[in-house]
Amino acid sequence: MSPSIVLLLIVALAVLAFQVGKARAIAVVGGHREVRNLHSLPGHYGLLTAMWCAIPALFVFVAWVAFQDNVLTRLVTAQLAEGQQPIPAAQMSLMLNDLRNVVAGSLPASSVTEPVRLAAAEFVRLKRIAGFSLAGVALGAGILALLWVRARIRPDLRARNEYERLVEWALFACSAVAVLTTVGIVLSIVFEAGRFFSIVPFTEFFFGTNWSPQMAIRADQIGSSGAFGAVPLFVGTLLISLVAMVVAVPLGLFSAIYLAEYAAPKLRRVVKPLLEVLAGVPTVVYGFFAVTTIGPMLRTIGESMGLTVAGESALAAGLVMGIMIIPFVSSLADDMITAVPQSLRDGAYALGATRSETIRQVVLRAALPGIVGGILLAVSRAIGETMIVVMAAGLAANMTFNPLEAVTTVTVQIVTLLVGDQEFDSPKTLAAFALGLMLFLVTLLLNVIALYVVRKYREQYE
Amino acid sequence: MNSTSNGVPRTAAETQVRVRAGLARRYRAERRFRAYGLAAVALGISFVVFLFGTVLSQGLSVLRQGYVQLDIIYDPEVIDPAGTRLPDDLAVADYQALVRAALRERFPDVEGRPALRELYGLVSSAASVELQKRVTADPGLIGQRQRVTLLADDTVDMLLKGKVSRSAPEDERRLSDAQVAWVDALRADGALQLRFNRAFFTNGDSRDPEQAGVRGAVVGSFLTLLITLLLSFPIGVGAAVYLEEFAPRNRITDIIEVNINNLAAVPSIVFGLLGLAMFISFFGMPRSAPLVGGLVLTLLTLPTVIIASRAALKAVPPSIREAALGMGASRWQTVVHHVLPLAMPGVLTGAIIGMARALGESAPLLMIGMVAFIVEVPAGALDPSTVLPVQVFLWSDLPERGFVERTSGAIIVLLLFLIVMNATAVVLRNKFEKRW
Repeated sequence: MSPSIVLLLIVALAVLAFQVGKARAIAVVGGHREVRNLHSLPGHYGLLTAMWCAIPALFVFVAWVAFQDNVLTRLVTAQLAEGQQPIPAAQMSLMLNDLRNVVAGSLPASSVTEPVRLAAAEFVRLKRIAGFSLAGVALGAGILALLWVRARIRPDLRARNEYERLVEWALFACSAVAVLTTVGIVLSIVFEAGRFFSIVPFTEFFFGTNWSPQMAIRADQIGSSGAFGAVPLFVGTLLISLVAMVVAVPLGLFSAIYLAEYAAPKLRRVVKPLLEVLAGVPTVVYGFFAVTTIGPMLRTIGESMGLTVAGESALAAGLVMGIMIIPFVSSLADDMITAVPQSLRDGAYALGATRSETIRQVVLRAALPGIVGGILLAVSRAIGETMIVVMAAGLAANMTFNPLEAVTTVTVQIVTLLVGDQEFDSPKTLAAFALGLMLFLVTLLLNVIALYVVRKYREQYE
Repeated sequence: MNSTSNGVPRTAAETQVRVRAGLARRYRAERRFRAYGLAAVALGISFVVFLFGTVLSQGLSVLRQGYVQLDIIYDPEVIDPAGTRLPDDLAVADYQALVRAALRERFPDVEGRPALRELYGLVSSAASVELQKRVTADPGLIGQRQRVTLLADDTVDMLLKGKVSRSAPEDERRLSDAQVAWVDALRADGALQLRFNRAFFTNGDSRDPEQAGVRGAVVGSFLTLLITLLLSFPIGVGAAVYLEEFAPRNRITDIIEVNINNLAAVPSIVFGLLGLAMFISFFGMPRSAPLVGGLVLTLLTLPTVIIASRAALKAVPPSIREAALGMGASRWQTVVHHVLPLAMPGVLTGAIIGMARALGESAPLLMIGMVAFIVEVPAGALDPSTVLPVQVFLWSDLPERGFVERTSGAIIVLLLFLIVMNATAVVLRNKFEKRW
C-alpha cells in the first residue's frame, strides 16, 4: 500500500471523525432541539474529534515514512551479511547501491549478483508488508484517539476552547519549522564539517594555498591524500564578488538616486519594475548569458587590445553577477533615500545648495548607514551565488587577483565535489560541507551586521 | 583691512560675486550628476533588453524544426522476414534499414561506405522509432510504399535555419560539402522543410538535439512545485498567523523572528547541503526525486511566504479584529472568519512570488541529484526527474550547436512561466488588495 493512499485514508478518517464527534455531541444532549445545552457548537465537537484523530495518525505516518527505508535497508543488510564472512565497507556500499537501483527498477535484476538479487526481492517483500503495517498502525492510532475523544464528549466539555488550543499549538509548530530548519542546517553541516576537520587539519584548510581535492579518490596511492588548502577559493570568491560589486554598486546607487530624486513619477513607475525584472530572472539564465555572450565578447575585446582573456574569466562571471545584483542594491538604496525626511532636503535648498549638492552632502550622508547595510547584503548575495559561477567561472584553483584569468569559488567547488556519484566518507565529499559551513557563517555574519546597521539607522527618524 | 584677502566675504555684495563666480561650475556639476544617474538607469534597462533580446533571438527558432520527406517502402523482408506479424517481432525490426534504403533510392549515385554514412547522417535516429510506431499501429502498411515525414538531423536543421555558415571551411561546420549539396537538392524539390516543432514540447531529454524536448523538465518542475506549494503555503500561513495574531512577546518568538529573517538570506546552495545530508543521507530518501526537491524548496521559500503573509496580516486594521472580538468571537474565529479572508490577496501574492522563486532555483537541486540525464517523463513524485532551470544548465554544457538553440528555447519556456506567475501576482494585488 503506497504512502499516498495511506495519507488519503487518514484524511478520510479525519472527516469521519468530524461526523462522529458532531453526531455524538448532538446525541449526548438528546437531539437537535437541545443543542443549546452544549457548551460549544456541535461542529466544534466534530472539529475537536477530527483533530485528535488526525494528529496521532499523521505523526505515526511522518515518522514511519521518514525512517522506513533506513530500517528496511538495515534489516536486509543484516541478512546479506549472515552466514558469510564480514563484508568490507566499500563492497557493502556498492552492494547497497545495486540493491537500491534494482528496487527502484533502474537496474535489471539479472545484472546483479545472486545475494543482491535475493536481498532486493526481500526488500520489496518487506516494503509491501511495511506499507500495510503502516496503514494499520497509523489508522489504528487515529481510531483509538477517535474513540477516546468520543467517550469524553459530554454537554459540559469545553470543545471550542480545547480545539482552539490545539490549533494554536499546530500554528506554533508551523513557526517552529523555521527554527528547526536552522537547527537542521547547523547540525548537518557542522557534523560533516567536523568529520572533515578530523581528517584534514584546520591550519591546512584555512592557510593552505593548494587546492586539489580530486586526488583524494585514489586513497590507496602513496602521497595522494589530496590537498585542501582553501585560500585560493576564498581569493577567487572575493575577486568575483569584488568585480560584481564594482558593477552593481555605482549602477545601483546612481539608478536609485535618479529614480528617487530626479525622475518624474511616471517614468519611475515604468522604469522601477523594469529594473526589478533583472532580480526575477533565474540565475541559470545569467549563467548561460555569461557563457554564450559576455565571455566571448570579452575575449574579442581583450584580443583587440592585445590582452589574453581566459575563456572562463573572473571578469565575465563578475560582470554578469553584478548585473544580477543591480536591482538588489538599487531597491534597497531607493528605500533608504526615500526614508530621508523631506525637511532635511528643504533645509539644504534653503541654504542655496543645488540638487546634486543636497543629495551628495545631505541625503546620501543621512542614508549612508542604510546604504552600507544594503551593500553588505548584496555582498552576501554575491558570495553565495552559485549558478552563474558554476557555469561561467572555472574549476582550477588559481591564486590570482587578475580578473582576466580563470578562478574558482567556494560555491563552484561545493557543486563539483557533490554532483555525481559520491561516497559519504571521503574527505573530498566532506570538504564540500566544510566549505558550506564557511559560506553559511560568512553570509550569516554579513547579514547580521547589515540588519544591525539598518535597524540602528532607522531609529533616528522614528 | 582687505575683507576678501583671508577668503571670508564681509558684505552681501561680495558674497553674491563669489556665489555667481562658482555658479556655472556648480550647475555643470549638477548636470553631470544628473547625467550619471540617467546613464545608470539607461544602462540597467539596456541590460534587460540585451538579455531578453539575446535569449529570444537565439531561442525562438526552436519553434520550427527541419523535417525531411522520404518515400519509405515497408519491405516485408526487412520488417518481418518470418511473416509472423506478431507485435514483438515488429517491435525489434531494423527500421533504420528502411530509412537507409529510401535515402539510397533518392540519391542513387552515392557510392562507397564513407559517403553513404554521410548520407544516412542527414536523417535523425528518431526516424526509425517513428516508422516502428507506424507499423505497430497498422501492420497493414507492410509491403506498401508511403511518403513519410521524418525528423532531420540537427546539423541539417542548423543549416536550414542559417545557423551554420555555408562559407565556413568544411571541417569547421560539421556538415561536409556533399551533405550541403544533398540538403540543397532535397530542399529544391520541397522534401526538406521547416515545420512547427511539436517534439520540443512533447519529448523528454535526449542526447540528440533534434529529439530533445522540455516535457520531462516541465512535468518535473510541476511536481516539485506542487509539493512545495502544498507544504510551504499552509506552514507559511500558519507560522505567519501565529507570529502575527497569537504569539506572546517573549524570548521564543523573538528567536523565531530573527531566525526567519536570517534564513531568508542564507545562500540557496546551503539548503541543498541540508537536503543532501538530511533527507537523502539520513532519512534515505531517493535521489533525484521531486519529493525531496519539493521538501528542500519548501524550506527555501518558507521565509518568503512567511514574511509576505505577515505583511498582509499586518495590513488588516485592528478595528476589524476588535469588532469581531466585540461580537463574542474567539481569537481563532476572528482570524479564520475575518482577518485571514481580508489578508488573502496579499498572502496569495506572497505565495506566488515564493513559488516563482522556487521555479527559478537550481543550485540546491543540483545537490540532491536532480541533474541526472532522464529521458522519460516522470509520472510521480518519487520518479527520478529534473526541473526546467536544471535542464537549462544541463543543455548549456553540451557542445552541439543545436543545444544552444534548445537551451534558449527552454529559457524562454521558463521565463514565460515566470512572467505568467508574476503577472498573476500583480493582478491579484491590484484587483483585490484593499486600501484601508
